[in-house]
Amino acid sequence: MLKLTSLSKRYKTGDEALKQVSLEVPNGQVLGLIGPSGAGKSTLIRCINRLVEPTSGSVMLNDVELTQLGSRRLRKARRKIGMIFQEYALVERLSVMENVLSGRLGYVGFWSSWFRRFPQSDVTEAFRLLDRVGLAHMVDKRADELSGGQRQRVGIARALIQDPELLLVDEPTASLDPKTSRQIMRLICELCEERNLSAIINIHDVALARMFVQRIVGLQLGSIVYDGKPSDLDGSVLTQIYGEEDWEATIERVDDEDDDVETSIP
Amino acid sequence: MSNATADSVEMRRWRKPPAIERPWLRYGLLVGTLVYLFFAVGSYDVNWGRVAEGLDRGWQFVKAFASPDFVSRKSDFIEGMTESIIMTITSTVVGILISIPIALGAASNLAPLPVYIFCRAIIALSRALHEIIVAILMVAIFGFGPLAGFITLSFATIGFLAKLLAEDIEAMDKSQAEAIQATGAGWLQWINYAVQPQVMPRLIGLSIYRLDINFRESAVLGLVGAGGIGATLNTAFDRYEFDTAAAIIITIIVIVMALEYLSSIIRARIQ
Repeated sequence: MLKLTSLSKRYKTGDEALKQVSLEVPNGQVLGLIGPSGAGKSTLIRCINRLVEPTSGSVMLNDVELTQLGSRRLRKARRKIGMIFQEYALVERLSVMENVLSGRLGYVGFWSSWFRRFPQSDVTEAFRLLDRVGLAHMVDKRADELSGGQRQRVGIARALIQDPELLLVDEPTASLDPKTSRQIMRLICELCEERNLSAIINIHDVALARMFVQRIVGLQLGSIVYDGKPSDLDGSVLTQIYGEEDWEATIERVDDEDDDVETSIP
Repeated sequence: MSNATADSVEMRRWRKPPAIERPWLRYGLLVGTLVYLFFAVGSYDVNWGRVAEGLDRGWQFVKAFASPDFVSRKSDFIEGMTESIIMTITSTVVGILISIPIALGAASNLAPLPVYIFCRAIIALSRALHEIIVAILMVAIFGFGPLAGFITLSFATIGFLAKLLAEDIEAMDKSQAEAIQATGAGWLQWINYAVQPQVMPRLIGLSIYRLDINFRESAVLGLVGAGGIGATLNTAFDRYEFDTAAAIIITIIVIVMALEYLSSIIRARIQ
């Protein structure tokens, strides 16, 4: 279980990106984090694995307090937190296999990673994951040869090979077309279910979030303004999170296109 | 009424506003520059008698290129060339090996401030001193010969390569670096997986370019006694053996052009 208590972040520029955020995510729950640009979504998930240092507050992941760890123990803790990025963040000049195996860096020594001699169990798992995300035939392709959807699948495999207890997902579909977006979201949610993984997914597309996640948290100006079921997300809540706008289409579209999505996946 | 408006719109003229708005400053600067250049060039003292004499000597030198002499100083020639090539290769390799850690330290997004300042200071020192000045100092310390040249060129390579590599590291894509950090990788693993792949093409390109520069420099360093083909060239000039000098210069040009061609091929291949 992930437990955030009064987590705050103030950047050097003086911007208060997070204000006393408290949040609990039980094991196996997939949580969608929505909110306007600059609401602090990205900061929130980066404060969990400390790519951004929180200013105050606590982050507990399965009884480990992450905010107080020294660099060696932080690296150990990071192994258990998989991260999936907007724009994929694959190392472009490394092969698909190298990118996936980079998820094991926290577990192997420097020289075996330098010479790309990973334990056979890691390689087997990498092949299994690539097979699972449908990229078994791309193993030795360079990452920059792949399409957007394929890259994000590699990103997912890289996160999962860490054998994580928590997934942090930052705008996974922001640069993908609508169909690929749904496939990627479905894949992430299925994998979380298979492994009883909890996940926090930052997402701009409210309709897409409603389709896949079990719980929605709305962030505005660094504070949580909504926490509830996707089905309870109505026009007035969206107005509260994002500001005044006509939300009818956003809410309706979900029901209209649901069937269509099921059939459109090969 | 509407007709009149249309006319006045058509009549509106436009000229690009001048870079310097005040006319007296604009023309003042122009006139001032011309006057300065006139007197500055006029300050050179040209001895036309000497030029007439020198033109003839220059022509002798140019003529020698038609009949370069590779054989009469063959052993000096081969020895000097071998020395130059050895100096070039060793100094480039050693320079690269030393400049990589310095480049990591001189990248502001990798190194803590004290390390950054230290590494930048090394780079600044190396770049501030021209090869010839360093070579004179090295000859004073190590004596005549290629060792002084080797150390000079290694030192110069550090300033060149570390600076440009550090700048490439600073310009790397942050998200790739973040992604590897998030896996729990150690610092060296992070460098190996996130930084190295991003800067490798630039490192290879710069290294070949530096090989080329070091060869050219090795020909000059001989003039101050730091070994290599430059020493042979200097001797040839001192003895007025222009045909031998021409042979040396032609060889240098051919080798530099070959390196240039090689580097363009390699740089096109790496991506």
